[in-house]
Amino acid sequence: MISFILNGQIIRTEEKPGSTLLDYIRYRAHLTGTKIGCREGDCGACTVLEGKLTDGRIEYRSIVSCLTPLGNAAGKHIVTIEGINIAGLNPAQQAITQHAGTQCGFCTPGFVVALTGHTMQQQPSEPWAAIESMGGNICRCTGYKSIERAAITVSNMLKTKNPDNPIGWLVGQGFLPAYFTSVPERLKTLIKGTESLQGEKTVIGGGTDLLVQKPDDIADTEPLLLFDRKDLKGIRDENGYCVVGSAATAQDIMQSALMRSYFPRLKSFFFLVSSEPIRNMGTIGGNIGNASPIADLVILFLALNATVHLQNTRTGGHRSVALRKFFFGYKKLDKHPGEIIVSISFPVPDKNTHLNFEKISKRITLDIASVNSAMGIRLQGDTIRNAHLSLGGVAPVPLYLEKTSSFLAGRKLELDTIRDAYGLLAEEISPISDIRGSKEYKTLLARQLFIAHFTELFPKKFCNRELLKIL
Amino acid sequence: MKNIDSISHVTGRSLYVDDIPVRTGTLYGVVFTSPVAHGNIIKLDTSGAESMDGVTGVFTAKDIPGENQIGGIIPDEVLFADKKVVFHGQPLALVVAKDEFTARKACAKIVTDIEPLEVVTDPREACNKGMLLVPPSTFRSGDIHKAWDQCAHIFEGKTETGGQEHLYIETQGAYAYLMENGHIKIRSSTQGPTHVQKSAAEILGIPMHRVEVDVTRLGGGFGGKEDQATAYACMAALAAMHLQKPVKLILHRLDDMRMTGKRHPYSADFRIGLSGALKIVAYQATFYQNGGAAADLSPAILDRSLFHSTNSYFIPNTEVTAYSCKTNLPPNTAFRGFGGPQGMYIIEAAIAKAAHELNVPASVIQEKNLLRENDPFQYGQVAKNVHIGKCYQMLDKEFGIKKIAGEVAFFNQENVLHKKGMALMPVCFGISFTNKSMNQARALVHIYQDGSVGVSTGAIEMGQGVNTKILQVTSRTLNIDPERIKIESTNTTRVSNTSPTAASSGADLNGKATEIACIQLRKRLIKTAGSILGVNPGRLAIYDGWVTCDGKRSKLSWEKLVKTAHLERVCLSEQGHYATPFVHFNKETAKGHPFAYHVYGVALLVTHLDCLRGTYRFDKVCIVHDFGNSMNIDIDMGQVEGALAQGIGWMTMEEVSYDKEGKLLSNSLSTYKVPDIFSAPRQVVCIPLPVKGPKPAILRSKAVGEPPLMYGIGAYFAIQNAIKAFNPSYVPDFDAPMTPEKVLMRLYQ
Repeated sequence: MISFILNGQIIRTEEKPGSTLLDYIRYRAHLTGTKIGCREGDCGACTVLEGKLTDGRIEYRSIVSCLTPLGNAAGKHIVTIEGINIAGLNPAQQAITQHAGTQCGFCTPGFVVALTGHTMQQQPSEPWAAIESMGGNICRCTGYKSIERAAITVSNMLKTKNPDNPIGWLVGQGFLPAYFTSVPERLKTLIKGTESLQGEKTVIGGGTDLLVQKPDDIADTEPLLLFDRKDLKGIRDENGYCVVGSAATAQDIMQSALMRSYFPRLKSFFFLVSSEPIRNMGTIGGNIGNASPIADLVILFLALNATVHLQNTRTGGHRSVALRKFFFGYKKLDKHPGEIIVSISFPVPDKNTHLNFEKISKRITLDIASVNSAMGIRLQGDTIRNAHLSLGGVAPVPLYLEKTSSFLAGRKLELDTIRDAYGLLAEEISPISDIRGSKEYKTLLARQLFIAHFTELFPKKFCNRELLKIL
Repeated sequence: MKNIDSISHVTGRSLYVDDIPVRTGTLYGVVFTSPVAHGNIIKLDTSGAESMDGVTGVFTAKDIPGENQIGGIIPDEVLFADKKVVFHGQPLALVVAKDEFTARKACAKIVTDIEPLEVVTDPREACNKGMLLVPPSTFRSGDIHKAWDQCAHIFEGKTETGGQEHLYIETQGAYAYLMENGHIKIRSSTQGPTHVQKSAAEILGIPMHRVEVDVTRLGGGFGGKEDQATAYACMAALAAMHLQKPVKLILHRLDDMRMTGKRHPYSADFRIGLSGALKIVAYQATFYQNGGAAADLSPAILDRSLFHSTNSYFIPNTEVTAYSCKTNLPPNTAFRGFGGPQGMYIIEAAIAKAAHELNVPASVIQEKNLLRENDPFQYGQVAKNVHIGKCYQMLDKEFGIKKIAGEVAFFNQENVLHKKGMALMPVCFGISFTNKSMNQARALVHIYQDGSVGVSTGAIEMGQGVNTKILQVTSRTLNIDPERIKIESTNTTRVSNTSPTAASSGADLNGKATEIACIQLRKRLIKTAGSILGVNPGRLAIYDGWVTCDGKRSKLSWEKLVKTAHLERVCLSEQGHYATPFVHFNKETAKGHPFAYHVYGVALLVTHLDCLRGTYRFDKVCIVHDFGNSMNIDIDMGQVEGALAQGIGWMTMEEVSYDKEGKLLSNSLSTYKVPDIFSAPRQVVCIPLPVKGPKPAILRSKAVGEPPLMYGIGAYFAIQNAIKAFNPSYVPDFDAPMTPEKVLMRLYQ
């Protein structure tokens, strides 16, 4: 039995936990405002909001219902376009209408839901953030400029939002129907009734990869759902190590005050990682477990010299493996049967440590990398103390560049070092031609991104005509 | 006036095919398709699927009671492959089950044995082997052979443009159910309800009057549902007829992408000759259109490539030949622009090549050769009301072409790893179907006895706002409040023998038919008002819900007038029929007057290239566009912005890719990328050219759907110019789309 609140209504269903929330919404609840565009999280037509109670406070995030296992809705408030509608139009709907931001209308409910989700955030609204909230929504008609104008209008209306009680404020302003205010209390009664959804087969975090790869198989099974496991959440500093729970989402990591205190440019890295709804779903554990050779988060954490912590669900035993040793071959992991990824940790960086992340894909945002790369580098004056360099899309695994990284240690931070290191780097990679790019392109990209780490981190030193000598 | 659908759109209440509440006993279909691109069918064993729990039927070619044929222009396309498969993803069977999930699982149980045959995916190879869908077409003007002697400069080159997936967010789909007496009703997501009706009737072996097709709206079409919605509607109807149950068939995105055709890739050779004064004297080109495995609309698309092969330029001597090549790909089909973009890209490439070799900006050659009043097009039509020169002047006045060029040059001087590029893209696009018989439409207008009005036409609403425009025409012609008017669904029993909503002509044709019907109704009601009021009808008019006499409000309201007219047995319904006057075209001589009018405009695009990473963005796009006298500037601006984005997408990130075996590699949204909100140009400014507008345009408001797509072609050349700024040894080549991969390789070649 899965229980949740769908718009204003309590749902108790015996549908399989691995079936999709989207199919439940459209074909069981008959709410047809949520549309099917791609079933792979790439169009946003099925965007809904997920409201979750944490410490008595409800927080809403946008998610794509096509990749959400129904079991992950348990104990939550799921909001579709129908659940947003009030008598007349809410200001987000009004803005889209006024700016002619809807043409065929098929993608529109997804945009409205995503933009409404933005209005519900605690932090103050900025126009760019309002636009960014719709980064996961594809519109084939408008060319987006009208939608941008609508987003700016909406953002400007949120200036007086009460950060302590955004939902109450939004209800008062006619953004949301009144039933929202009673949802937290109703959810509390619900959560007791829905305990664990234990199973044996597939382990699922956010579902953003597995439900793309094999949705029909998962729909038929009882997966082990880790997404809402409290013990797997959280990002904390433990004795000089930063520990990230495996169920932390990409968005959790991006917004973590701790992570941002280490890496002030973190947000710009995550801008390149999928879209807001997908970041709200995809977990670090899932990204590691999926073992894709271009896994963005894995590439990032390789440059942090991270360690993976595993727990055997059968024996209770614990084990830790360096992330760079965790991948054997294409989709092959050092993970034993029964083991789940519990957390990932890395040494807390000091002030002289710098991190950069690069990713190139056909479309800059919401795309899968042709090549991605990260570099963590620690300096002492003009000398590189140590460096950790990773590259994705150039090998069967997300690659840690052992030789190049150790070569860099102890060298001067100068053009010759970059050029010499590149010679080693080229030997360490083995890209192949595929839909994400030719071998030649990926080889060239590997060099370019390696150089980009230096131009991004040390622009004064490297962004000049001298650099052209090594290009 | 805002789009009349916008309120139901933003509240999620608009209904698309898959949203129609299902009837009891509805079954669901999934199409089983060929796993190879070319071969002889030795075995097609569906027994495994048929015996699965929940499966109610599997239908193949042998279950077709009528003719296994759905070809749009020529009868060369089967609904289900019978003896041979000719493309990967070609339908072989429809599996119908209690739900889609079961039907999909059952598909996996179908066993085939197909003897593989040679697969051809390249249009030039197909042409060399004589594999053509239709005989080649040639357009000529002047004397190309003598003209080369007059040229001071002659340049040659080769171009490629890629395909483009429509990516309507609503996939293809249909819902078919039986009415009494074996009649069938199909709710289809189609731009061409009559094509669906006719094909379904032929497949089922029944007359057309037994098939009713109804369309409320489409979640995007872009040409992809002009011809290719038909197959799925026919399949649903076939299964519904056999099973005597409602059958719904909504394609999964992966199936849609694999099975359906796309914009035609073109490969071309060009030769361009210029005088010392940079006048284009001669232009010769050969186009190889990759048509796919069946003709679909390819012949008509091929013709439009020829019509637009000189874009907005006057070239006195031309010879352009186009081959429609038959390959083992899904039949390529209509896509916004309909061959026009491909033809225009090639002439723009020729100009860019000449500009590079002569070391002048392409814009100089463009501007010197713009079409002028009374210049003949190569197809014989004399250009009238030519606005391209005015568009250029206004663009320069409003934005300063030289000023922007100076800013770009300055930026490039100052920056090492970032370069900007600029390009101008003029557009001249002819409005009308080039097949004369399609330039007709009908509207049926009912005034109900309470004074409310219902309008049915053959136009399909797919986001372009045609219903809003028809409502405006009705409101203006009857002079009544828009609130009184409802636009009905498009239904073949109310309006028959419709042309597809395509060629940007939906509002013109159907709007004109509506106008004609409304004028008749108005005349009749005014006459009735005259007898009620006892005054000469010549003094009467309808204004704002009242009958006016000599411009003053009478005591006769619209409601009362309508009610009285009904009691007096005056007909309150009218059908309007419109056929575009003057248009004709002789295919034999390739001369005529095919277009009611032309749409003009020019865009200036500035791109910003990251030369370390090979990525780009568009800083701004400035446009002057000839809307005529726009009847709805919100809707028309939306068409410009949307078409621009689609055009830029086609030229940049949208890359349709097949392997050598004819299997689609860019087969999902994770491998085929269309512009997202962050890919939109930072700034898009579009200024309407102040003009009166031509009479054949509805309320003098020009057709707007397709022409602005071609502004996007400038994206290619803007990026190319930015690459040249970084890598002086780069020799411009013409191989669209200009993906980040191609950019990086060219920056460092």
